[in-house]
Amino acid sequence: MFRDALLVAGKDLRIERRSRVALNQVAPFAVLVLILFAFALDPDSGVLDKATPGLFWVAVLLCGLLAIQRSFALEAADGNRDALRLSGLAPGGIFLGKAAAVALQLLVLEVVLGLGVILLYGSHVSGWPLVIATCLVATAGIAGAGTLYGVLAAGLRVRETLLPLLLLPVLAPVLIGSTRAFEAARDGNPGQGWPWVGLLALFAVVYTLFGALGFGSLLEDS
Amino acid sequence: MEPAVHLRAAVSLLGRFPALAGVDLDVARGEIVLLQGPNGAGKTTLLRTLAGLVPVVSGTAVVLGHDLCVDRRTVRRHVGLLGHATMLYDELTVEDNVRFWGRAAGAGADDAEAAMAALGLAGRLRHVPVVRLSTGQRRRAAIAVLAARRPELWLLDEPHAGLDAEARDTVDGLVRGAAAAGATVVVASHELERSHGLAERVVTIAGGVVQAAEVQATEVQASDVEATDVQAARPVEGATRVP
Repeated sequence: MFRDALLVAGKDLRIERRSRVALNQVAPFAVLVLILFAFALDPDSGVLDKATPGLFWVAVLLCGLLAIQRSFALEAADGNRDALRLSGLAPGGIFLGKAAAVALQLLVLEVVLGLGVILLYGSHVSGWPLVIATCLVATAGIAGAGTLYGVLAAGLRVRETLLPLLLLPVLAPVLIGSTRAFEAARDGNPGQGWPWVGLLALFAVVYTLFGALGFGSLLEDS
Repeated sequence: MEPAVHLRAAVSLLGRFPALAGVDLDVARGEIVLLQGPNGAGKTTLLRTLAGLVPVVSGTAVVLGHDLCVDRRTVRRHVGLLGHATMLYDELTVEDNVRFWGRAAGAGADDAEAAMAALGLAGRLRHVPVVRLSTGQRRRAAIAVLAARRPELWLLDEPHAGLDAEARDTVDGLVRGAAAAGATVVVASHELERSHGLAERVVTIAGGVVQAAEVQATEVQASDVEATDVQAARPVEGATRVP
């Protein structure tokens, strides 16, 4: 299964390297979102500074949606979903591979967004271990749940509009947990942030397990 | 020896429509069989059913020893399906695609190289993204993917479509080579003249059932196709005739 996961992740990342959709479209979109937030919330009033952790993760979720939709748009083209079903690859491996590729792209986007927050909002980052751990487990959760719901919506004609409706409510705990953890890091109270990291890790483990076990059935039905 | 394909009164639905309405078919291992019939006859559905993509809702369906009524996933690793879609990733090069799908099926790099060479894709074209290929080149790349997987059962839906004469000869050579190596081939085609020369047996399907017509291709070649002594249709017990 892990051999298959590596194969699928390598394929998805190679496609991204050649098409540069995340680099040329999703990353600029992420920065644009940050700029629009700055326009909407007056930086001088302090609201922007208070809201920065939440804005960061809202931007990450929006970018995650794009990355997940892109990941399954690849499989919807030219009979590729049938090819995946015929491939002999373990469904769990396909899930893990696609989730890993999405997660890696999201982590790169989070670095871009982090730089954007520092440069555009003038935010100061502290509590780096907590920040990094939050990013890792939240990204794993977004990628796991996103890949699971991505294949669920993939076979539907209205998948582009349905996926956000399905996925964003599911990702609400990730938004809450990661925002609270970032707030704790910013306020210099990392002890208050680690329980949220635990919650995020639990979320990631549950969805990764569900995904690895249930992806095959969803791929059949999609 | 157990046949590669054994169908009895096999029924497959597309939605509620019985696209296969009680098919009887046996294909021996190493045999090349031509499926012919009008548009909408059920040829593509039959190929997809044999590939384990479309469920069999009643009857018997055993492919390469796997009972499709019980488990239609296991057989897929051993089957190669060339459909109307090329099943290629546009952004990847020909080489990337052939290697990826080959490795997914457990084939080695040598198999991928051999397949690309056989289809004339081993030169400059191997580095070209699929999105920049012509229709015929894409088709050749799709056939290379199938060949690299080295399937036991080749399911070819209009394999000559979009190919020039040279590529058609290449495909025929590949199919004959695969059959000689022990693979079984089922070809659905409207290009009867060429396909009759390729196949050892012809099966006519219409309205979702095998109408009859299991004739030796050599006989067909020797005479007018329409004048061949087509066997009488064998009605399938319990089958529903598609209107």
